[in-house]
Amino acid sequence: MSKELITLTHISKSFDGQLILDDLNLVIHENEFVTLLGPSGCGKTTTLRIIGGFETPDQGQVIFDGKDITALAPNKRQLNTVFQKYALFTHMDIADNIAFGLRIKNKSDQYIRDKIAYALKLVNLEGYEHRMPDSLSGGQQQRIAIARAIVNEPKVLLLDEPLGALDLKLRQDMQYELIRLKKELGITFIYVTHDQEEALTMSDHIVVMNQGYIQQEGTPEDIYNEPENAFVADFIGDSNIITATMVRDELVRILGVEFPCVDKGFGEEKPVDVVIRPEDVELVPRGEGCIPGEVTHIIFKGVHYEMEVQAGGFEWLVHSTKESPVGSQIDIRVDPFNIQVMNKPASEDEQAIGVEE
Amino acid sequence: MFRDPKKAGTIASPYFVWALIFILVPLAMILWYGFTDDTGAFTAANIASILQPEHAKSLLLALELSILSTVICFLLAYPLGMILAKNKVSSQGIITTIFILPMWMNFLLRTFSWMTLLENHGVINGILEFLHLPGIHVINTPAAIVIGMVYNFLPFMIMPIYNSLSKIDDNVINAARDLGANSVQTFLRVTLPLTVPGIISGVTMVFIPALTTFAISTMLGGSKILLIGNVIEQEFTLTYDWHLGSGLSIVLMVFIVINMVVSALSEKKDEQ
Repeated sequence: MSKELITLTHISKSFDGQLILDDLNLVIHENEFVTLLGPSGCGKTTTLRIIGGFETPDQGQVIFDGKDITALAPNKRQLNTVFQKYALFTHMDIADNIAFGLRIKNKSDQYIRDKIAYALKLVNLEGYEHRMPDSLSGGQQQRIAIARAIVNEPKVLLLDEPLGALDLKLRQDMQYELIRLKKELGITFIYVTHDQEEALTMSDHIVVMNQGYIQQEGTPEDIYNEPENAFVADFIGDSNIITATMVRDELVRILGVEFPCVDKGFGEEKPVDVVIRPEDVELVPRGEGCIPGEVTHIIFKGVHYEMEVQAGGFEWLVHSTKESPVGSQIDIRVDPFNIQVMNKPASEDEQAIGVEE
Repeated sequence: MFRDPKKAGTIASPYFVWALIFILVPLAMILWYGFTDDTGAFTAANIASILQPEHAKSLLLALELSILSTVICFLLAYPLGMILAKNKVSSQGIITTIFILPMWMNFLLRTFSWMTLLENHGVINGILEFLHLPGIHVINTPAAIVIGMVYNFLPFMIMPIYNSLSKIDDNVINAARDLGANSVQTFLRVTLPLTVPGIISGVTMVFIPALTTFAISTMLGGSKILLIGNVIEQEFTLTYDWHLGSGLSIVLMVFIVINMVVSALSEKKDEQ
């Protein structure tokens, strides 16, 4: 793995007596696309603002490239931020916006002109030098905000829900654009979002946060396929989260029926939670599966049908390209490797912290 | 709101009538008086009388004092506006009340109270005397007039500046800091330019009433210091020379129009 670039150690922060971050530890490596993902109020934006220097942590340290920058002012940090609502300087044209950081650093006119041209080319907005920010669409303004940040050649680009204000189609286009930019620039991106799809699409590394704690870290595949607790499973995509009992290694009892699985090391006859993704639930003719059930709802979603199936006293969410009409008497079948077993949280507090191994 | 322009016109008609009777007709009368003499013949003498030394002197003094008051108001109002805009919740109510509350009292009454404060045997000198400090002579000097102007017109500077400051997104300031600007650079390159519209309306709202005032200069300047406003007032109320008064009013209007054109131009530039 590449070099450690930013290390947050034992960061705590509260606002008006309310604890937002509690003893947060996080390592960000060079040239990673890291996403801080979580619901609003989970502390992801506060974490980003602490890295950017707009907030000072009550406790803990921010180490950047081996140096403690906890108390360093934002203008002295080798990183730049792209803000949620663009935050362009509306009294300056696009060229002056992009040149802002370079003029502060007293770069030569020629250098600034070259940089503006380069940055506008990079964000596909050549020829916009003399437009005013207000005359641009939201997507274009966001590209300018990115251009304004990257001309300063930061080692890290912080992005605070930059696509939050854009419509769906544009958001998807911009996701690919950001992946491309990241590759071309070869710098670290730290991205904050509450949108799990955005996180899965773009990130090398996802940090799922809730209530000021890191719930799980890992690659998008890890997070999606092997959620460590019910919060992560529920937050990342749709899922069936069912209380179950681990009979022994590689055998779990779900709703009274024993299923072979691939997880082990949970002990014998131990209560657990299992996560089964809706697309991993197979509906098969009666007698061919494990739990008999009946389809109660069906919605056509374009790519697939979304069905609700009452089986074994649980309402299953099922995604399938095959239609099973309401009232169909079917069986539910799940392949062993599609059952993700998780430890049950011992208390509500632990649910927030995430299950500690 | 009113799709039908005819309907909109009907509803707006009382305002047109109001504007006609109370704005356009008086303006036309001022122009007519200003450019005629007692016989009704055309003359530019009323306008030209501004060049008479005592008229020119009163105009220059009015310009000097109103510009000075505007500058002082700006220097006081901007930091206060910043404090108000920053503390969006806590102390804002109190400070706003402190500045708005006096406006509930009559303008003349407030100015009159400054007379009792500044008098040679007034409250301030009383306190200085009590402290065995040398007294000050302020009343009936230009300084007293400036104090009165600043006191009376300061809220009109604070409000538009505060409004334009509070409209600035915190992240715009953060962005400037993020791009390497220190707090002075951020203020000069971002905050100040973004509040230019507020500054212009504040300047207009202080400068115009300060330039034309005669009440403040009468009360705090005694009868010795004549501003152009006092001269015009006297032409109408003492010498009954409506032609000369109107002529001088037109000259004064030119300065007001210049101010308004400048502010309109810079607002237009700001919109582009």
